[in-house]
Amino acid sequence: MKTLVQNLIASGMFGKNAPYDLVAAIAVFVLSAVVFLGVAFPFAGIVSWVERRVWARIQSRVGPNRVGPNGFLQWLADGVKHVCKEDIVPTDADPHLFKMAPYLVVLAFVLPWAVMPFSSSLILADLNVGILYMTSVTALTVVGVLMAGWASNDKWSLIGGIRSAAQIVSYEIPAGLSIFPIVLMTGTLSMQGIIKAQGWAPQHWFLFANPFTFIAANILFISALAEGNRTPFDLPEAESELVAGFATEYSGMRYLFFFMAEWGNLFIIGAIITTLFLGGWQFPHVTNNVVAMNILQLITFNLKVLFLVFVSMWVRGTLPRVRIDQLMTLCWKYFVPIAFINMIGTAIWVAIWPEGNSWAGYIMVAAAIVVAVLFIQRVIYYAKRSKMEMYYNPTI
Amino acid sequence: MSTLRTEEMTLNMGPQHPSTHGVLRFVVRADGEVMREAVPDVGYLHRSIEKIAEKVGYHGFMPYTDRVDYVCAMFTNQGWGMACEKLAGIEVPKRGEYCRVIAAEFNRIASHLLSVGTMAMDIGAMTPFTHAIREREMINDLIEELCGARLTFNYMRIGGVAFDLPPGWREKALAYLDHFDPILEEYNALISYNKIYIERLANVGVITLEEAINYNLVGPNLRACGFKWDARRDIPYSVYPDFEFEVPIGNGQWGQLGDAMDRYMVRIREMAESSKILRQALKQLPAGSVLAKVARNFKPPAGECQIRVESARGDMGWYVVSDGTAYPWRVHVRTGSFAAMGITQKLSRGLMIADLVTLIASLDVIAPEIDR
Repeated sequence: MKTLVQNLIASGMFGKNAPYDLVAAIAVFVLSAVVFLGVAFPFAGIVSWVERRVWARIQSRVGPNRVGPNGFLQWLADGVKHVCKEDIVPTDADPHLFKMAPYLVVLAFVLPWAVMPFSSSLILADLNVGILYMTSVTALTVVGVLMAGWASNDKWSLIGGIRSAAQIVSYEIPAGLSIFPIVLMTGTLSMQGIIKAQGWAPQHWFLFANPFTFIAANILFISALAEGNRTPFDLPEAESELVAGFATEYSGMRYLFFFMAEWGNLFIIGAIITTLFLGGWQFPHVTNNVVAMNILQLITFNLKVLFLVFVSMWVRGTLPRVRIDQLMTLCWKYFVPIAFINMIGTAIWVAIWPEGNSWAGYIMVAAAIVVAVLFIQRVIYYAKRSKMEMYYNPTI
Repeated sequence: MSTLRTEEMTLNMGPQHPSTHGVLRFVVRADGEVMREAVPDVGYLHRSIEKIAEKVGYHGFMPYTDRVDYVCAMFTNQGWGMACEKLAGIEVPKRGEYCRVIAAEFNRIASHLLSVGTMAMDIGAMTPFTHAIREREMINDLIEELCGARLTFNYMRIGGVAFDLPPGWREKALAYLDHFDPILEEYNALISYNKIYIERLANVGVITLEEAINYNLVGPNLRACGFKWDARRDIPYSVYPDFEFEVPIGNGQWGQLGDAMDRYMVRIREMAESSKILRQALKQLPAGSVLAKVARNFKPPAGECQIRVESARGDMGWYVVSDGTAYPWRVHVRTGSFAAMGITQKLSRGLMIADLVTLIASLDVIAPEIDR
């Protein structure tokens, strides 16, 4: 960063005696803009298209396939449509809060990208409190959603906003408690530090480090779904109950911001789990070329994250929605105690085997493979049984 | 510091609400997420269908009956046809009756598929809905071949049905049933035995048998309370005595007897029973004509009659008074959905807002059938 700024000053782009701080600030803004506008927002848009396609195939439909090849540009068309729409602020709404709410939600979605560990070198800021920062800024969503629900001055929106607040705040606790075991094992909060403590092979991932981390990973994933307002926890925007929940009164680009944040949050959910439990960008050391290595790591990281994004779409296509009391019961009566047990269990495990137990890793990986095989068998059994016509071509 | 002021919230649910199946309206008094009461407000889809009958004559009214309940129009067709035949003493040919039963039972499956599909969607699962609709579309294709329409069939006539089964239709129908039975099990595996789904439905909106009878519930809603009453079996009409079929009743397997899960499962089991009836009907199909000779200027003798048809939404009553002219003097339809709407106010007390949606879906009310 420092050399970049000095080179910029030396090149004379900003005049002969440009102050260092000013150039640094401009550089930071430009870089962030490139990351957010070039990575985060297109990702959110493309995910919306992918989700609609994946969802459509799960539901034996075709999905959007008209705009561009296989409907790939659908997200751009939707974006343009929403920009062109009128931005309506209801007469009885609180106009300032109403207008501000979507920005807060988007803020909660763009801030985590600062500590996103794409590869061993590709990270904007490897903070020493990385994972803590990540969980803190994603919780900003609740402020935006609650603000939207309150400022809309609509009863359905209000119920949606309050539901969201209750849900996100509650699920922060099991999510936070599920991060502790990893911090306990690695002794660091930095994203890169946690990834470096793992290996590229599945038995070296924290997911299979010991039974407690495995459970912690599952709790974290479910809690993250709840924080991201995803099915089966999409109560704040439960269409069949609350019309569109907290977003009922929104229109145009402000409405789109909420959903862009929701789709973008999928990547953040996936990235947190990948970093903590799935070995992050770890890739076998095949070449000494740093650039090639970084590209391979970038691909590995993204594939893992996209797999988790796919799983969350799959879950959305399968499960019904829980009720608010069941949601709270699940969180406080089951997840919080189990997460505490995980933490204590991991502490004991670390005390017994400070360097980790490699046998546990191998046994758990073997068990995971058996479960996967059984699952595939079941799928094949049902597919054969109902004699459904199968379409294997992903691009229709 | 003064005490915090709290008040009940009055919510207006509908008539433009996504889960009110057409245009229902509820005025919900809620204390946070818990409802004090939901008062149904009917009448948004009233089209004076009964009055129209007095102006268009007996034959002319047949297409209008489709609109009484457009999700299972075959039964309304059949009800009107049977009422007129009873008034005039017309004997329907055997093959005509079989065609009626085949069309009606296919329609029952289609209607129940829509019901369980939208129910899953109201609970928040989108996939079962599209899968159910996919199966319903295949049935619609079959019915389209039969009568040319996919929703408002207008298939039956006074004295029989309009068209005989087209050539090759029987084989197609049997092939569809072979496909449908495993699909029903797959559907069960997908959603019916889903843990979250059972948790959402069990013990919600429990109706005791006494309440059900007092509120005049019919059809699957009544059977889910554990009472074995089916007009097809208990007051046999058409050719139903020829077939062997079970009348599924609720058993309270997942919660209390008469809860939403029971109503849901009764519908699922009824689809399997309809499939059984269809197989028998398609196998025993006799030869002959499908339409009795009925005068074009149909004038039944003066008198009144009342018939009952087991529609997909329960016992549907048709009451017709004739004064000997070409126009009925009075027609009344008694539908299951209207009775089911009556009980929602009582059941809604103390439920969560999310459960009101479950309750409406589980009672399987269809807005046009409530108002007519």
